Amino acid sequence: METLEFMDISVVVNGTHVTRRVAARKHLVDFLRDDLGLTGSHLGCEHGACGACTVRVNGETVRGCLMLAVQADGAVVETVEGASDSGELAELQREFHERNAFQCGFCTPGMLLTAAELVAREPPPTREEIRLQLSGNYCRCTGYQSIVDAVEAVCRGRRLEKTA
Amino acid sequence: MPRTALRENGVKPDNGISVAHGAANYIGEPLPRANAVRLLAGRGRYVDDIRLPRMVHTAFVRSPHAHARIVAIDTSAAAAAPGVVRVITGAEVARLCRPYVGVLAHIKGMQSAPQYPLATDRARWQGEPVAMVVAETRAQAEDAAQLVDIEWEALAPVTDPETALDAATPVIHPDLGSNLCFERIVDSGGTDETFARAYKVVEASFLTARHTAVTLEPRSVLADFNPADRQLTVWLSTQVPYMMQWIIARHFALAETRVRVIAPDVGGGFGLKIHTYGEDLTTVAAAILLGRPVKFVADRLESFASDFHARGHRVKARMAFSREGDILAAEVDDLYGIGPYSGYPRGSANEGIQVANLVAAPYKQRIYRGRSRAVFQNKPMYGQYRAVGHPIACLTGEGLVDLAADELGMDPAEFRRRNYIPADAYPYRLVSGLTFEKLSQHEALEQLLAMMDYRRLRAEQAELRRRGIYRGIGLASFVESSNPSSATYGQGGASIASQEACTIKLAATGGITVAASVVEIGQGAEAIVAQIAATHMGVPIGEVKVVTGDTETTPYGGGNWGSRGTGIGGEAVLQAAKALRANVLSFVARLIESEASLLEIRDGNVVEVESGAVRMSLEEVARTAYFQTEHVPRDFQPELTVTRSYAQKTYAGVYTNGIQASYLELDPETGAVRLLKHWVVDDCGTIVNPLLVDEQIRGACVQGIGAALYEQCLYNADGQLVNGSLMDYLVPMAAEMPDIEVGHTSTPTATSELGAKGAGEAGTAGAAAAVMNALNDAMKPFGARLYTMPFTPERVLRALGKIGER
Amino acid sequence: MKAPAFVYVKPQSLNEVFDMLERCGDDAKVLAGGQSLIAALNMRLSAPRVLVDINGIAELAGIRVAGDGVRIGALTRHRALERSPEIARYLPLIHQAMPHVAHAPIRTRGSFGGSIAFADPAAELPACSLALGAEFVIGSKCGERRVAARDFFKGLYETDLRPGELLLAGEFAAIRPDYRSVFQELARRHGDYALVGLAAHARFEGGIYSDAALAFFGVGGAPVLAESAAAAIEGRPFSDETVVAAQSVLEQDLPTHEDLHASAGTRRHLARVLLGRVLRQLAQQRS
Repeated sequence: METLEFMDISVVVNGTHVTRRVAARKHLVDFLRDDLGLTGSHLGCEHGACGACTVRVNGETVRGCLMLAVQADGAVVETVEGASDSGELAELQREFHERNAFQCGFCTPGMLLTAAELVAREPPPTREEIRLQLSGNYCRCTGYQSIVDAVEAVCRGRRLEKTA
Repeated sequence: MPRTALRENGVKPDNGISVAHGAANYIGEPLPRANAVRLLAGRGRYVDDIRLPRMVHTAFVRSPHAHARIVAIDTSAAAAAPGVVRVITGAEVARLCRPYVGVLAHIKGMQSAPQYPLATDRARWQGEPVAMVVAETRAQAEDAAQLVDIEWEALAPVTDPETALDAATPVIHPDLGSNLCFERIVDSGGTDETFARAYKVVEASFLTARHTAVTLEPRSVLADFNPADRQLTVWLSTQVPYMMQWIIARHFALAETRVRVIAPDVGGGFGLKIHTYGEDLTTVAAAILLGRPVKFVADRLESFASDFHARGHRVKARMAFSREGDILAAEVDDLYGIGPYSGYPRGSANEGIQVANLVAAPYKQRIYRGRSRAVFQNKPMYGQYRAVGHPIACLTGEGLVDLAADELGMDPAEFRRRNYIPADAYPYRLVSGLTFEKLSQHEALEQLLAMMDYRRLRAEQAELRRRGIYRGIGLASFVESSNPSSATYGQGGASIASQEACTIKLAATGGITVAASVVEIGQGAEAIVAQIAATHMGVPIGEVKVVTGDTETTPYGGGNWGSRGTGIGGEAVLQAAKALRANVLSFVARLIESEASLLEIRDGNVVEVESGAVRMSLEEVARTAYFQTEHVPRDFQPELTVTRSYAQKTYAGVYTNGIQASYLELDPETGAVRLLKHWVVDDCGTIVNPLLVDEQIRGACVQGIGAALYEQCLYNADGQLVNGSLMDYLVPMAAEMPDIEVGHTSTPTATSELGAKGAGEAGTAGAAAAVMNALNDAMKPFGARLYTMPFTPERVLRALGKIGER
Repeated sequence: MKAPAFVYVKPQSLNEVFDMLERCGDDAKVLAGGQSLIAALNMRLSAPRVLVDINGIAELAGIRVAGDGVRIGALTRHRALERSPEIARYLPLIHQAMPHVAHAPIRTRGSFGGSIAFADPAAELPACSLALGAEFVIGSKCGERRVAARDFFKGLYETDLRPGELLLAGEFAAIRPDYRSVFQELARRHGDYALVGLAAHARFEGGIYSDAALAFFGVGGAPVLAESAAAAIEGRPFSDETVVAAQSVLEQDLPTHEDLHASAGTRRHLARVLLGRVLRQLAQQRS
């Protein structure tokens, strides 16, 4: 059992297997941004309150600033870039775009990944539930309403698709 | 390009703008932002996303004391720490960077002491940067920062504006003689007599907390100095690249042409990023000293401690009115505490000036006395933040109006309607000397009352009250300055542009590149520019490329502040597009031996106006002018790159107006307030893109709601911030925010062809007042009133008499 | 806000964990979900020399129903508790509390054991454990011991955990027939730490309260069982009189506590209000 200040980790990030040596103290988002150049995940507070750092680990959203990179060893990580490139976020992106559900864009990656979990829910969330679930993502630019509208629209679209 | 028909706001695209007959008119279209799609894919490029070779990182050592003398600084341990490249102290920066003084010459009596980027002999607020550690990584810089050994001698801090001018209170800058930064007085005369004679007088003291902007992207700067050609490039999360270019050049004695400032993607501004920060200048100093790229990104804790703050006013106010319900006079006494220096280069006076100028401004009374004083304190620096002073003026005036209406037993909407400046009185000169070009207050009020179904809500409120459910309806009429002239800054000697400019060039394949001096910070400036340029040039919007935010590639301008981007920047774009269009048409007319008046540009083609027949595509025009000059008549030189600029010079500001309403439910047992709905009717003249304007207004309202219910910087007696994290400084989140319905009236300004007025700050100007009035309306059955913000459950419970002092 | 340097170790067994803790003493901190610890590290409020990551200890995870009891392993994630049908069925108090615990991404990593061991005064799970009379299983080199929740939470961030010890699990009795649970908290915003909260568990049979456990949190350094208030409703039906009787003695049960969000008077008032609402909900809840 070694005590290490630096550790080799092996992670699948956006579908690609990567191996890197990281400082134990480096958190997951700094690893993604600094070591892998994936700057889509942002840092707004580094104490878990703002949601800008939200990424996906083993299929679930986490605060990337509250997880050490070494804890992601052996895990599957997905960032906004991966979820976007795969097309998974396409409906949400389209609704966000058409409804102007973003302005400066800094909260947007975290918002999208949080919203992606919401629209996958069964049964689909109500408008109030959407607001509750988005309440961990801080946005200073919009009034949140267009974001809620966009998520609602995707849920509605999926519901129509199912009944079609 | 998908177009959603989101035209609920009632603004018609055909709003009097003359466009080419048959050409696409994008003005008024709710188009999604074409150039922002990359932000949805996580492929934005903010300052912290930029990596440069040999780039180093920084952390600041900050004063733990609100006021203390620096006895000694020992940086030896820090300098020897792993990864550290250099440790820089105030003395070293002072040798490179001229100090600055945040006064404006046209604000009489304004005073402030010279300020350096890093504290030298004394620290004057908790969080003031004292030393900078430069290291290979930010983590190493923070490690080393903890090793900088500073011997402090704590001094008594000045922390209470109410006693800042007392004889017993230490003067922060003895050379200034007092802690008074400035005082503004507006006096029509006749106030005392009018109050003495009036039927009734209402009065209250309105207190707002100190706020901080909390942009989600913290302040960030990356400075790169190339010693070989003495070229400095600064990527800065800023709203004002040209201002910063001037400041950096001036204070570091660099040639302006060797300083390039670039605003990449900016993660929120709201006024925070228009000020001069010691950290930014120190980062520039470090880059010059080291000859390599130096980056500083503020973390959230230091943002709370060192971002410019705002608000924090105490306004004593009273209003006199007649038995019939006419406002006779108003009087206010405003006091607020800024930092130990007035901010540079804009000064910290504007908040107070707006308060003194604008309380009860929507109304027709001519007797008014207003005083505002800003005093120095040992707290963070202070300056302009969204809606600058207007929210305070609004809540003071609107709070008094509701009190007066209540005294008279008059409906608050009726009281306002009765007292608005008459619709035929414009242009209207206020007692404070400001002029309103033209407002649409009566129209906006009627539209608001219809939107919210005011009568039904009042009936619902009454019915629910009988069942022990307490809801409140609050109105707030507001005015908001936009399209400022040089009256704000230029006249005071500040090197801040009051004009905007735009260069449009025809590309070889027929599209256009539009370089504009406005700055994109998420509000959609680039989309606005594209829509205006495409419309007035006659090209499809997909053929427009917009360039902003770089002092090297865009024409000179003021950037993003004061709700000026669309009104001033947009007008420059319009004029440039028209000029280029005219040049193209006269060129083609010459080529085909016709008249320019018989031709038009539609959809990227030069066509005959009458028949619509295409004579030349813009691509052919470009090819002829650029490549086939043998076809161009000898005596003719087509100019297919055109620059135009525009400044608003008629008024100090082109004022907009609007009205907001809040509907909320009070839980009198817990003091909790639940916002049910919010409405806004805003008049910003010509709207270029309602999709963008409406969500801007919503976001601005939410900031005002934050002021009403949540946000406050809390200090202990030693002047230390005790709630400086996102756990304890509460910002509005999605679950508590209401849906906000937005409508518009439209009074285009005659000061420009575009007719657009600003809309970015309007929401913040009135939202807190609307919530305040709604809360007091809800508390009416209890005989309780509350005018101290934020309205925490504790304050509400105390107002309701449910809890004592302890 | 970058964490200070530390060395990291990830033991593969409990014995290795105990070895490490013994060896490092105060220099080590246990890393479970990390949602509180890593925030503290980022803010440099804490600077341990060694971080002992226990996330690899499989036996610490899992919800086990056995007999009339439920054992929640220390590493059980909040998300698992939130989604667990067993928790919903056998420990409805915890099921009601989980949506109030921060936000979903934090619940992904946050752990039961972390919440109990960190013992934030405004946290939900310590209060639920107190109300349900849970027993905590604590392990060390010397073996296991059990501590009742009422003896475990001692003060502000202070628990009965001794150096070298690790919380292994919480053991709960499954809800019995005729018993009801109600969880309510008052917070400024959804997901915030509570201003005041109440985790209540009582028998309500034939319209009569009995055996009530009223665990208030956010009212002081540690969650508190309001025993005078419980006594005041013992054997009584739901009525205005009963509620007032309980509210009037509540002050005796609660410490005086104030912070930058609320004064002591406000907290006492809110606790009284909450008590009334929870008592009503206990009475009106459909089983």
